[in-house]
Amino acid sequence: MTWDQMQELMWPATWETLGMVGIAGLATLVIGLPIGLLLVLTDRDGLLQNLAVSRVLGAIVNVGRSIPFVILIVAVIPLTRAIAGTTLGWQAASVPLAVGAIPFFARLVETSVREVDGGLVEALKSMGAGTGTIVRKTLLPEALPSLVASATTTVIALIGYSAMAGTVGGGGLGDLAIRYGYQRFETGFMWVIVAELVVIVTVLQLLGDFAARRLSHRGDYRSPLSFFRSAGEKPKDAEEDLLSSY
Amino acid sequence: MITTKGLTKVYRSQGREVRALDDVDLHVRQGEVFGVVGTSGAGKSTLVRCVNLLERPTAGTVTVDGVELTALSGSEQRAGRELRAARQRIGMVFQHFNLLSSRTVQQNVELPLEITGLDRRERRRKAAELLDLVGLADKARSYPSQLSGGQKQRVGIARALAGDPKVLLSDEATSALDPETTRSILKLLRELNQQLGLTVLLITHEMEVIKSVCDSAALMRGGRVVETGQLTDLLSDGHSRIARDLFPLGDFGTGGPDRTVLEITFQGDAPAQPFVSQLARTYQIDINILGAAVETIAGRLVGRMRVELPGSHTDNVVPIGYLRQQGLQVDVLDLSNGAAA
Ligand SMILES: Nc1ncnc2c1ncn2[C@@H]1O[C@H](COP(=O)(O)OP(=O)(O)OP(=O)(O)O)[C@@H](O)[C@H]1O
Ligand SMILES: [Mg+2]
Repeated sequence: MTWDQMQELMWPATWETLGMVGIAGLATLVIGLPIGLLLVLTDRDGLLQNLAVSRVLGAIVNVGRSIPFVILIVAVIPLTRAIAGTTLGWQAASVPLAVGAIPFFARLVETSVREVDGGLVEALKSMGAGTGTIVRKTLLPEALPSLVASATTTVIALIGYSAMAGTVGGGGLGDLAIRYGYQRFETGFMWVIVAELVVIVTVLQLLGDFAARRLSHRGDYRSPLSFFRSAGEKPKDAEEDLLSSY
Repeated sequence: MITTKGLTKVYRSQGREVRALDDVDLHVRQGEVFGVVGTSGAGKSTLVRCVNLLERPTAGTVTVDGVELTALSGSEQRAGRELRAARQRIGMVFQHFNLLSSRTVQQNVELPLEITGLDRRERRRKAAELLDLVGLADKARSYPSQLSGGQKQRVGIARALAGDPKVLLSDEATSALDPETTRSILKLLRELNQQLGLTVLLITHEMEVIKSVCDSAALMRGGRVVETGQLTDLLSDGHSRIARDLFPLGDFGTGGPDRTVLEITFQGDAPAQPFVSQLARTYQIDINILGAAVETIAGRLVGRMRVELPGSHTDNVVPIGYLRQQGLQVDVLDLSNGAAA
């Protein structure tokens, strides 16, 4: 297989992967965020304590997270058909991807929001703030760096899932790797595709880290990739933060 | 300004009941600095949190500035509109500052004003004014993570004042600070109290704090207020626990059949008279000074001295009478009122 042949196959597949991950990712953020917030707010001692809602929501999220993705793809076929009008192609693959990622992201959102210091909520209450104000002015802004990190993790997980969605008719890089690399023994091509995925994932992680870091004014944000960086690198210090605030 | 009646708070967790507040009647007068002291777990935090109803009391009423807050609607988690409006008039300062890390100092101070719905320009002006008041005008654009503890607490105070409150609640506002910073924060609170006529209810476990800023104090133990009053009154009460804790003269020395131990308290200009030497000369007795302390409390000079006279209480009735005539407060410590020991 020549490099030109590879490229001819890879570019469309790359766009398919980015397309399905993009659409599914967007849907996941938009739907998963409120679900994650509700998980926190309706829990015991939450601002909107409602144990019935909390349990039902928690159960749905748990079920969603337990179902193996391959089974989920099949299980949501009716939904896929209703939304995308077909069950083939990358557009259709976005549906099971979103359905699988929403509960995952919702849990991450829940964790991020729970990490916001209860003292801040208390302070807002003491100023006479209502629940909506507390969510808008404290919970979300304070959790933002962590939420961005969660979104990064989710999008990267989606890229992994997209390979599976691809094999059942969605196309994309994962599908390509399996069809050529595995089924036609083009091992070299398979590694090229894997390398491309590694590049995509790394770039996304770096972008996510950069954003989270810029948004954090606590000076304690640690990237999951920081492990790979040189040990001598200092976390962002106060002086740098001061400069960046102007 | 703040009145609680029969305030009771019972926590129930895992079938266990904790009576954090037990029938607390408290009265904080307008314009005073009122300190609440007590050991850990005495219910101090619960008390302040009940004042702005962050904690719903199990029983009793809370009235702040003429509004009975306990009569306003809302649950512990969701406050009704009227209660939220009332809270905007009550500032609160926290031990761990509780500043938003995502906002600059200026934006933190503006936060309460955003909640009251002030427009942007007004918020800016007000925040700048408050930061000036607490001496942090140059830090307006810093983030809380770039400030020292004392500076953070100044921001916390500026933020608490943003809504022009009449009442400021403070739960251990200085407990996370070193002694020097503590003093500067207390001085600031005192100035605000005097300049703005702010009523301050502060919680502390340090007698030093009471001594340096409070007009009145209450001592809590096991959810109850065991003693309360103005410091000047407490100091002239020989049995006051607060007064004794303000003046730890040590444990030694109660009277007996051949010696009498007196505790002499003087306020204002009484110490100007050399009463010890006068006493010794007039009655030809040897006076042994066991301990003494002089402090400025609630803006007044107050001193206490423990002395030992030879002979039993009945032998010393005349000298004691003499001291009392000088306007001094004299308490005889003997075995029967060993409370002081
Ligand atoms: N949310 C809660 N649930 C159950 N018990 C509680 C709760 N909050 C406080 N208590 C109990 O109420 C009592 C009083 O607590 P509080 O926090 O008011 O004490 P404190 O005087 O402020 O102590 P400290 O000086 O340590 O801050 C304690 O016994 C505590 O265990
Ligand atoms: Mg406390």
